[in-house]
Amino acid sequence: MAAVQGGQVDAVEEKDIKTEPSNDGCGNNNANDGRLLSTSPGSSSSTGSNKSTAGAPEDQQTLLAVLQFLRKNKLSESVEILRREAGLPEDSLDLKGGDSSGAGSGGAAGSVDLEGGDASSLLSRVTSSSSAVAQAPTKAAGEDQPDVNVVLSAYSQQGDPPLYQVYYSGLKRFIESVLDCHRAELSQVFYPLFVHMYLELVYNNHESEAKAFFEKFSGDQECYYADDLRVLSSLSKREHMRGNETLLDFRTSKFVLRISRDSYQLLKRHLQERQNNQIWNIIQEHLYIDIFDGMPRSKGQIDTMSGSLAGEGKREANKAKVYYGLLKEPEIELPLDDEDEEAENEEGKPKKKKPKKDSMGSKSKKQDPNAPSQTRIPLPELKDSDKLDKIMYMKEATKRIRLGPDNLPSICFYSFLNAYQGLTAVDFTDDSSLIAGGFADSTVRVWSVTPKKLRKVKSAADLNLIDKESDDVLERIMDEKTASELKVLYGHSGPVYGISFSPDRNYLLSSSEDGTVRLWSLQTFTCLVGYKGHNYPVWDTHFSPHGYYFISGGHDRVARLWATDHYQPLRMFSGHLADITSTRFHPNSNYVATGSSDRTIRLWDVLSGNCVRIFTGHKGPIHALAFSPNGKFLASGATDSRVLLWDIGHGLMIGELKGHTDTVYSLRFSRDGEILASGSMDNTVRLWNATKAFDDLETDDFTAATGHVHLQDNSQELLLGTYMSKSTPVIHLHFTRRNLLLAAGAYNP
Amino acid sequence: MAEERRPKQCSVSLPTESMKAIAESVGVGQLQEESCAALSEEVSYRIKEIAQDALKFMHHGKRRKLTTNDIDNALKLKNVEPLYGFQSQEFIPFRFASGGGRELHFYEEKEVDLSDIINTPLPRVPLDVSLKAHWLSIEGVQPSIPENPPPAPKEQQKVESTEPLKVIKPGQEEEGTIQGKGQGATAADGKGKEKGLIRLKPRSTHELSVEQQLYYKEITEACVGSCEAKRAEALQSIATDPGLYQMLPRFSTFISEGVRVNVVQNNLALLIYLMRMVKALMDNPTLYLEKYLHELIPAVVTCIVSKQLCLRPDVDNHWALRDFAARLMAQSCKTFSTTTNNIQSRITKTFTKSWLDDKTQWTTRYGCIAGLAELGPDVIKTLILPRLTIEGVRIKTVMEGPVVSNIDKIGADHVQSLLLKHCASVIAKIRPQPDSVEQYRTDYGYLGPMLCSHVMKARTQAALQAQQVNRTTLTITQPRPTLTVSQSGLSGSLGQRTPSIIKVPSSLTLMSPRPGTPSQPSPPATKYIVMTTSAGASSTQQVITLSSSQTASPVTSTVPSATSTLQPLVKLEPGSGPGLTGSRPLQKYIVVSLPSSATSSLEAKSSVLPTSISSNPLEAVMKLDRSESPGASTQSPH
Repeated sequence: MAAVQGGQVDAVEEKDIKTEPSNDGCGNNNANDGRLLSTSPGSSSSTGSNKSTAGAPEDQQTLLAVLQFLRKNKLSESVEILRREAGLPEDSLDLKGGDSSGAGSGGAAGSVDLEGGDASSLLSRVTSSSSAVAQAPTKAAGEDQPDVNVVLSAYSQQGDPPLYQVYYSGLKRFIESVLDCHRAELSQVFYPLFVHMYLELVYNNHESEAKAFFEKFSGDQECYYADDLRVLSSLSKREHMRGNETLLDFRTSKFVLRISRDSYQLLKRHLQERQNNQIWNIIQEHLYIDIFDGMPRSKGQIDTMSGSLAGEGKREANKAKVYYGLLKEPEIELPLDDEDEEAENEEGKPKKKKPKKDSMGSKSKKQDPNAPSQTRIPLPELKDSDKLDKIMYMKEATKRIRLGPDNLPSICFYSFLNAYQGLTAVDFTDDSSLIAGGFADSTVRVWSVTPKKLRKVKSAADLNLIDKESDDVLERIMDEKTASELKVLYGHSGPVYGISFSPDRNYLLSSSEDGTVRLWSLQTFTCLVGYKGHNYPVWDTHFSPHGYYFISGGHDRVARLWATDHYQPLRMFSGHLADITSTRFHPNSNYVATGSSDRTIRLWDVLSGNCVRIFTGHKGPIHALAFSPNGKFLASGATDSRVLLWDIGHGLMIGELKGHTDTVYSLRFSRDGEILASGSMDNTVRLWNATKAFDDLETDDFTAATGHVHLQDNSQELLLGTYMSKSTPVIHLHFTRRNLLLAAGAYNP
Repeated sequence: MAEERRPKQCSVSLPTESMKAIAESVGVGQLQEESCAALSEEVSYRIKEIAQDALKFMHHGKRRKLTTNDIDNALKLKNVEPLYGFQSQEFIPFRFASGGGRELHFYEEKEVDLSDIINTPLPRVPLDVSLKAHWLSIEGVQPSIPENPPPAPKEQQKVESTEPLKVIKPGQEEEGTIQGKGQGATAADGKGKEKGLIRLKPRSTHELSVEQQLYYKEITEACVGSCEAKRAEALQSIATDPGLYQMLPRFSTFISEGVRVNVVQNNLALLIYLMRMVKALMDNPTLYLEKYLHELIPAVVTCIVSKQLCLRPDVDNHWALRDFAARLMAQSCKTFSTTTNNIQSRITKTFTKSWLDDKTQWTTRYGCIAGLAELGPDVIKTLILPRLTIEGVRIKTVMEGPVVSNIDKIGADHVQSLLLKHCASVIAKIRPQPDSVEQYRTDYGYLGPMLCSHVMKARTQAALQAQQVNRTTLTITQPRPTLTVSQSGLSGSLGQRTPSIIKVPSSLTLMSPRPGTPSQPSPPATKYIVMTTSAGASSTQQVITLSSSQTASPVTSTVPSATSTLQPLVKLEPGSGPGLTGSRPLQKYIVVSLPSSATSSLEAKSSVLPTSISSNPLEAVMKLDRSESPGASTQSPH
């Protein structure tokens, strides 16, 4: 009953409830780790005040909601009991109940007032002074409804509705008449301006004018905004603006434009001459114009960088130092004769022998200046089994095939047959011995792809019987009878969208539509923990390369960092303006990359919780991320069917790989980073020359400083091969330790 | 493109009529126009919102199709109770209805009887998910195995051969994964060329890997070797393997050279083997032969019209080879003839020219006629029928005149039966009843009387097919299947010549007014064996629906499916007397069901030509099912 109630309450008062866990999370984090969230002083104070002063009212509010629900369902006894317990006066329920049903936004009126001053002061802030990366969105995640009211009230000042078209076309004429070099830059203004003017019209109930305005000018907008325009077009009434997330993003975050000083002056002069206050106000209030000195950018340059929901990343947002280097490999003695001695050797005989000319061997000698210190974040101690695995890894590494344009990898394709369109996620273990699939029917299936079958530990009763002193006790605890090639893990109650093996192959993570992330033991094949907190579908999850930590992100736009032994998140990374669609750990475990439907990629510092990079340029939700093995570069794939390459150190886009014709769902660098493999919905695996892509780049100081990238279109030269599968979308790729490429997907006949 | 879409985006919202209809469906009778308008806006907005959320689920589910589950999940996201019970794997069969000025799309929900569900046996459990590994690429080269798509898809081969200049466009070139390693280089070349406006066809490698060379050797040896089992296997491989694209030029040369040599040596067996290879290549769904027709067509035509194909023309059955090759020719005409290459008209011209030549040998004459006849009834009608009289004279001189040579006589005999076979069905179609021997004689000369009887046979057989009793299986034996049924409609008279398993229910009225004597004497067909056809390609499926429509006249015709080169076997025309013609050898006729009503008219439809839709939902389907086409046996009337 309790569970059912909970669900129903959600239905009644979902917006408020939705925000609860995140606040709780904040509270706990405050206690444990100090401030985690990347918040500006302004918004952190708001969250803080919310916590301290509004804590009690909010609890009460929840109670009221529960009471109301109970009453609605004629559970008068429960109402009585609960009220007595909570010590609420009888009339408060009626009063508040009426209030909430009337206002629709719940009984949050109190907190609205409480927040009002704070939030409006945020809005009235001058554009250039705002520097925080993620202030507004944090608020958005913090509390929804009150915020909307406050933010929308910014629209109450209205000009003459019919004049909007005149204003807009006036500006359009002006921008079309300016010099070519400025035109491209100034054209950036069109889209945000269009959106805000349209919303202003809608907000002030000028429906027909809004429609006319939309019809007249929506065609002028860049095609990569089509998705947002579609959302916008469906919105024609003031009531719709409530609770529309896309809209909220437009309001709460300022659209960032990068414009050269000259162009900006031109625009400013024009608007002031014309006394065009309407437009000027919008620019002042809702746009953040990042002014730089120097040559205006070309149309191509602008187009590569734009496309995200909230404009480009600010320049200073990508200035923070990122320690992208790799951690020093722990010193592990490699046995000289690798055949038989390995078991006894790792105890201590100092037989030092590094694999010859191995990349990681040389790296571990000297400290990389770009690497974070070894103890920057606490990492788990290596266990004996891990060391053994490391040794295996190094041995395999010596047998690794060196790939290159003339030496392409072989690809082994694992097709899931009879999946009935239900395969949603795949992962391989690092040593390629296991493959796991997440399915739409809520199951997780684990296959062994080696002859070794999957065995569980025996039941407790059976374990009692075995001889604990025997040498092969580890063998004996395994149940041979139930050994099979496939184990099915039941536990989720919705499609499993993300799946990730732990590096030691003892655990498996899965994230699902049901809002939970589950940790499964691969020893017992049972669920160990269900990590709750997202409450909305969790789109992706990924284990840290060092184990212990993992990251998850989903529809609630917050990425959470967890440790396997904590049931609450250690860090919450908020800042994305839409669903987080993919998550990935940096090879040094100090950073986390998240891709989102807001068409940006953010890089977060695990230590401080800050967003240290914002990459814009994709024109669709990002579904695939991959770090290069040296940690310097990031590749990303999106529904716009392109793969983009990023330089993490400089915070720049350095390449664009065109060729796929549908969403890119998987990306992977070869073990030495020479080849980038991409798999897509278009049933192809493509191989790209990563070495060439990275070597060709000349990052001069100017580019680094201004962030103006100019990419040459060399996708065709970089493409090394295209391999078509038979109507099997490629949803996962993996390089084995010897650089054999494994691909996986479900065959759709 | 986006611009085109956008104006629509703005205006799409549900019509107020929908609101009314929905309101009515839940019992709200009178809904104010204003409420409707307000509701429709709100509902449209919400629906769009949910659809947009559902798209997210589709993307994360790695699918291209939105499913009802996605919608459910999107509703859950909004904390709305999902719509239970709308599970649909594929598509939702919405139906359209209009009336009273309203148009509706609705989902037809039938009332389901629970006991029916309980009593029906459980469906088979769907197969469990399983994992299968294969090599997508080996060191950069994609192996040609069934798990991989054919290296060059048929469409691309077609594009390449018909529009060679398009191929170098980068977008398309990427499809061709054959080059593997060299891809990057060629792609770059292609781009450079485009820039320089010089269009050259990219060099394509024609080197075969060692495996391919071995395969080629094995296959060609097996195809012309002595072991029939091996040959069958090899031909099967040619007809199905997806990776033969690169070997096509070799096969093509092999065949054309082979024919050239063996025609000279009069090696009939080898010629037959080679033609079977051509057939197998044509059957391979992944190959597009257009580029190799210049080699293949001469070879095939040689096998049709060559003066001598075997060492002993009087004994050996080279006629079969000519028939087979003619069918191949017709098939390739059908597949590859375009307005640019004009294969069909060129071939027709060639055949006609040598046929018209007086000095042409009987063998060649036979080949020409067979080649023309296979091209279809239209060709028969326009080219062969007008010459029947002349040909009749020629045959007569050989048959009845002084014996010149045995070979000529055999040749004339074959030409005669060939003409009868092909012309009868066409004449049956175009000539009104009744068939009078005299009339035929005046129209067609020497061949007239024989034609007349053949035509009548054709008519009878078609009628007969329409009346098969339930589940009657009848196979007509070779050669020249002759099955005659009297037209009286009395079952008694049928008994004489027809096998006893064929019964015409007396309740059925047959249309022919003519007396029920079998008009054509035929070799007694005493043995009826169910056999499979040897001609590999027959994919004719004939569905004859007997429907008790108002029209009394039976309409029965069978139509070959589009891919088949074979002539329709039985053709009956409305108003014409039922005749029974010999049909192609070895067919299995299965009558699926029969009308119970007394007045049944026969209506025939081809399964592939949706020409008419029966007004009467139920009746009978008769299927002529070459046992090779397995699909046919499960087909339903519509």
